[in-house]
Amino acid sequence: MLGISSIPILKLRDFLIVSIQIDLHDRMAEQLQQDILEQISQTQAKGVLIDISALEMVDSFIGRILADTARMASTLDSEIVIVGMQPAVAITLIELGLSLGGVRTALNLDEGYELLQQTLEEKASEGQTSEEALAEEADDGGSD
Amino acid sequence: MTVVQIREESDIVRARTTAKEAARELGFGLVDQTRISTAVSELARNIFLYAGEGEVHIEELNNHHGIRVSFIDHGPGIEDVDLAMKDGWSSVRAMGKGLPGAKRLSDRMEIHTETGEGTTVTIEKWLSPSSKLRIASSPNPRGGPSLT
Ligand SMILES: Nc1ncnc2c1ncn2[C@@H]1O[C@H](COP(=O)(O)OP(=O)(O)O)[C@@H](O)[C@H]1O
Ligand SMILES: [Mg+2]
Repeated sequence: MLGISSIPILKLRDFLIVSIQIDLHDRMAEQLQQDILEQISQTQAKGVLIDISALEMVDSFIGRILADTARMASTLDSEIVIVGMQPAVAITLIELGLSLGGVRTALNLDEGYELLQQTLEEKASEGQTSEEALAEEADDGGSD
Repeated sequence: MTVVQIREESDIVRARTTAKEAARELGFGLVDQTRISTAVSELARNIFLYAGEGEVHIEELNNHHGIRVSFIDHGPGIEDVDLAMKDGWSSVRAMGKGLPGAKRLSDRMEIHTETGEGTTVTIEKWLSPSSKLRIASSPNPRGGPSLT
């Protein structure tokens, strides 16, 4: 799928995969955010892997876009994992004073994929426990 | 000296790419190149956002001592520099990390600004003695006199 940002968004089963291979200018970054969110809601993807290994820098604008996208995705019940951030970029980001607070990161696509799977399993089991708890409450109510 | 005009948004990318390339040629390592291009991105964006247009001057400090990048605009100026330098302060509810972040990423930063006249921000990054040695011992990529 090619969004308006012209950065391809690939769907693989329940996941979307985005690899940023060009130097993002600001409008393009905003457009990509919109494309990703649209694809999440269209495909009901449960997770998104965003590969930024080709990004040579992340400044406060791109950092904010990444963090915002992750936050908005989670309101659509989808999890975002940022993968492949170059060490030099990570160091610079900290010195710039930016924390990608709450954004999950992984070293590479493989680890990002595992992290997504794990996160979704945890989410599913949490969902189950709360369902079980509800069922128990209902039982308690019945035995009175 | 290399001059990058800032008129449209894509010029921000041009400024940071040009600065990074200059830093690489001067012998800066990858982390310093990234620090420089990130600071340039922030300060060039400030020109575009707050002054509309301006110029980025990229130059080498004497004797391969480092790099200096100046950001010159004739926009509205910064009313309260101390406030603008505060981490997280932004007049437009943005991140407020540009000025304080650029200062942390460079070795020296200066701001000259006057309301109604414009703003000039200058940053410098210096080569560490070890990277100077690397230049001295490797063939000079630009063919100029090498460090002794
Ligand atoms: N070149 C400039 N001309 C006028 N005002 C500026 C300029 N650069 C920065 N400022 C002011 O300083 C504030 C802080 O800048 P900065 O630290 O980059 O944060 P942000 O851009 O996220 O607001 C800006 O919100 C703006 O009001
Ligand atoms: Mg700024």
